[in-house]
Amino acid sequence: MTDRKIRVLVAKPGLDGHDRGAKVVARALRDAGMEVIYTGLRQTPEMIAEAALQEDVDVVGLSILSGAHMALAPRILELLKKNGQDQVRVFIGGIIPDEDMPRLKEMGITGIYGPGASTDEIIRDVREAVK
Amino acid sequence: MSLTKSILEGNRLALARLLTQVENDLTEGHSSLAELFPYTGKAHLIGVTGAPGTGKSSLVNQLALQYRKTTNKKVAIIAVDPSSPFTGGAVLGDRVRMRDLSGDEGVFIRSMASRGSLGGVAQKTASIVQVFDAAGYEIIIIETVGAGQSEVDVARLAHTTVVVEAPGLGDEIQAIKAGILEIADVLVINKADRPGVENTERALRSTLKLGHPVKRVFRHHGKTMAVDAPTTDPHFWIPPIVKTVATEGKGLNELVEAIAKHAAHLDQSGDRVARDRARLQSEMEILLQGALMNRFLEHIPQEQYGELLEKVFSRNISPSEAVKFLLNGNPK
Repeated sequence: MTDRKIRVLVAKPGLDGHDRGAKVVARALRDAGMEVIYTGLRQTPEMIAEAALQEDVDVVGLSILSGAHMALAPRILELLKKNGQDQVRVFIGGIIPDEDMPRLKEMGITGIYGPGASTDEIIRDVREAVK
Repeated sequence: MSLTKSILEGNRLALARLLTQVENDLTEGHSSLAELFPYTGKAHLIGVTGAPGTGKSSLVNQLALQYRKTTNKKVAIIAVDPSSPFTGGAVLGDRVRMRDLSGDEGVFIRSMASRGSLGGVAQKTASIVQVFDAAGYEIIIIETVGAGQSEVDVARLAHTTVVVEAPGLGDEIQAIKAGILEIADVLVINKADRPGVENTERALRSTLKLGHPVKRVFRHHGKTMAVDAPTTDPHFWIPPIVKTVATEGKGLNELVEAIAKHAAHLDQSGDRVARDRARLQSEMEILLQGALMNRFLEHIPQEQYGELLEKVFSRNISPSEAVKFLLNGNPK
């Protein structure tokens, strides 16, 4: 039991109520042997950063379908940094317009996944990111 | 600054980091835990257990809220969920029901995967409790995995064990079986607004009446827990039954009161000391078992060990003969 388990927080910030995608990803990461902390719907950036701190996760996965990603993502990155968790890698899944992707990556988002992304790809990227 | 010093000063990031080290059984974690150990022993440990879907997480959420409303004590929650026996992965979902607690610096919630442990809590839960205790969390709530009948390890860990039932889960025969109901210091019937609550209460009450009071000090892992002969002591603790509706916060005052009464009973009867001692002894013995096993295996050539295993696999010798051979050097 001495191997380091990858711990992932899967969270849904903002007000849209569709969490199917988040659940599919949570399940896929579980089946890849990771420990996934699932927070449920309608989380504020503050709640997500607090949970990431208490759970000492390696990765935060955000599911955003509401279009509010350009407001939510930077706020969450800022709070993680403020808490001293600069090393935490943040991924986003959901509906993200192509033109926003470069800016999100610049801010420090590690990976972005839209409809049709494969869970194998996500698992591989998460493993790669926490090496 | 050292991790332990930061933790004693209330640094939450340092606390979270140490919890990870301890959970992963890292050497740094061991030494920090050793430094913190003298600061432990102040918290009241509340175990919350019960079948899946009885509302444990919602109840823990409300219980923590209630403590935060009525006391200045910091509250830690350790929420254990099962690991997959096949992949080792886990989805830890207890936080979903605990969103009311976010934003309160006096509450710290940590999810834990059971990582192969079968007793309802993880192997490292006891050590995680010690870290929170040293960090000044005076109320520590341990929520077990959804428990069946025999996941009773939490009773060795906690001062007060709360067993959560819900209407419609079983008849009186379920209630007189040994196991999970026996470890209750406080019985909660959650979802008490549902039909059938009277039947559940009647069944539990009659079970309590049937019971011979026994002194309960939980000892050795996996072995029979030590039980003294039935007592006729009139001050004997009889688990109260508290009805709650956790989703609406109903019955929580009564639950906090029942836990406080049990805590007072532990102090007066001397059971708190007895339970603490039994817990530390069993913790030490479990560690000793592991350490002895490791040390022993170091002295056995892998080849020889493999050959012996093969003989067991091919049914040439039995596992117990193999153990005798390993210890004494001659088969049979």
